Amino acid sequence: MNSIRIITILLTGFLYLLFQILVLKNLVLFGVAFCFLYVIYIILLPLDLKTIPVLLISFFLGLGVDLFYDTLGIHTASLLLIAFLRHRWLMVLVPTGGYEDDLQPSLLNMGFGWFLSYSIPLVLVYHILFFYIESLGTDLFITSLQKIIASVIFVLVMSIIVQLLFYRRRRGI
Amino acid sequence: MLFVLLEAVAVSLIVSSNSQQGSAFFNSSNELSGSVFQTQSNVVEYFSLSSVNKSLMEKNAELLTELEALRRPADSIFIPLDSALFATIQFKGAKVINNSLRLSQNHLTINKGSNHGVKTGMGVINEQGVVGRVKSVSRNFSTIISLLHTDLLVSSKIKSNDVFGSTKWDGLNPEQAKLMYVPRHVVVEMGDQVVTSGYNSIFPEGIPIGTVIEVKPGTDTNYLDITLKLDTDFSKISYVYLVESFQQQELDSLYQSTEISNE
Repeated sequence: MNSIRIITILLTGFLYLLFQILVLKNLVLFGVAFCFLYVIYIILLPLDLKTIPVLLISFFLGLGVDLFYDTLGIHTASLLLIAFLRHRWLMVLVPTGGYEDDLQPSLLNMGFGWFLSYSIPLVLVYHILFFYIESLGTDLFITSLQKIIASVIFVLVMSIIVQLLFYRRRRGI
Repeated sequence: MLFVLLEAVAVSLIVSSNSQQGSAFFNSSNELSGSVFQTQSNVVEYFSLSSVNKSLMEKNAELLTELEALRRPADSIFIPLDSALFATIQFKGAKVINNSLRLSQNHLTINKGSNHGVKTGMGVINEQGVVGRVKSVSRNFSTIISLLHTDLLVSSKIKSNDVFGSTKWDGLNPEQAKLMYVPRHVVVEMGDQVVTSGYNSIFPEGIPIGTVIEVKPGTDTNYLDITLKLDTDFSKISYVYLVESFQQQELDSLYQSTEISNE
């Protein structure tokens, strides 16, 4: 892992953060579908990145998003959980022949079916935790459920579009 | 281990920010996020200028009419009864640079802070009605708990019969809220105006909150289940007024010494 790769990874994260707080923050479809696209950034981090750097990245990314959303700690807590689960989930989903080391687990590299079975549970866990904490102390179960389902679908569709537009096959972005 | 540690930090942040007047650092009123939002709103504000102009015009016309009614004819005399009754409230204008309305706990950010005399706990209104309450203040920015926040209670009363209750958002629709603690024997008509009560000096008396659109007997309590249509259009807020009450400190210390919690 050379320094150029590290810088690229951090820079991508920063771009995701900027895009999230300046554009996507104001985008809520039908009042229920939120677009937390930056979750995809954690999901698409290269495979050879160990859990500890992923946790640190997601802590600071989550804190950054929280700062601008006024939801102190909620994004961070949810993002940390999927950063923690990511490696284990990847180990479960090892394809025959194993992973190539520095690959991104993206749609183009791994195929459509694999990517969906990899990302849907993680994105779902993220949204369930986020909206659960967010609605603690209220009786908004049905609303939260609507928000969770709509947001997961929206984020996945957006992530597929973003990957097709901006990501390249094989390495790097 | 690191996961547990970081998760614990995140949870403690959630817990610490849950109080209504949290620390000023980790939210949208700190200088960094404030300046980002300021830049963003400098770009975006041009798109809403015409609607802002329109609402200011309407408010101006309304105020002019009111002023005309208050203007004394030349042959009248005017004796002030007690100067303490005058000028207990002052308004400050501010621009909203960040707003949310789809979460269950929504906040706004404005471009005035402690440098401009904003303090935590001040009421926030706009020309349509109640907006919220200042949560935390930095030097140049403040975070406001929106009325669309499931923890914020606003002391309010029904204008026609002076029955008071508390307005609280139920987290469902950003155009509607609930009026709570109105006993069953009270007759509430559809279309009744609900305004601030003025009991706790955060808001002056008579600031519009909403209109009653639905009255149902509450299912499991002694209170009516009243739904309001909010007067404030939270999706279009661009400028707000901060309410500074010169009596608030005195009232607060009085309530504190008598152990009355007031919302």
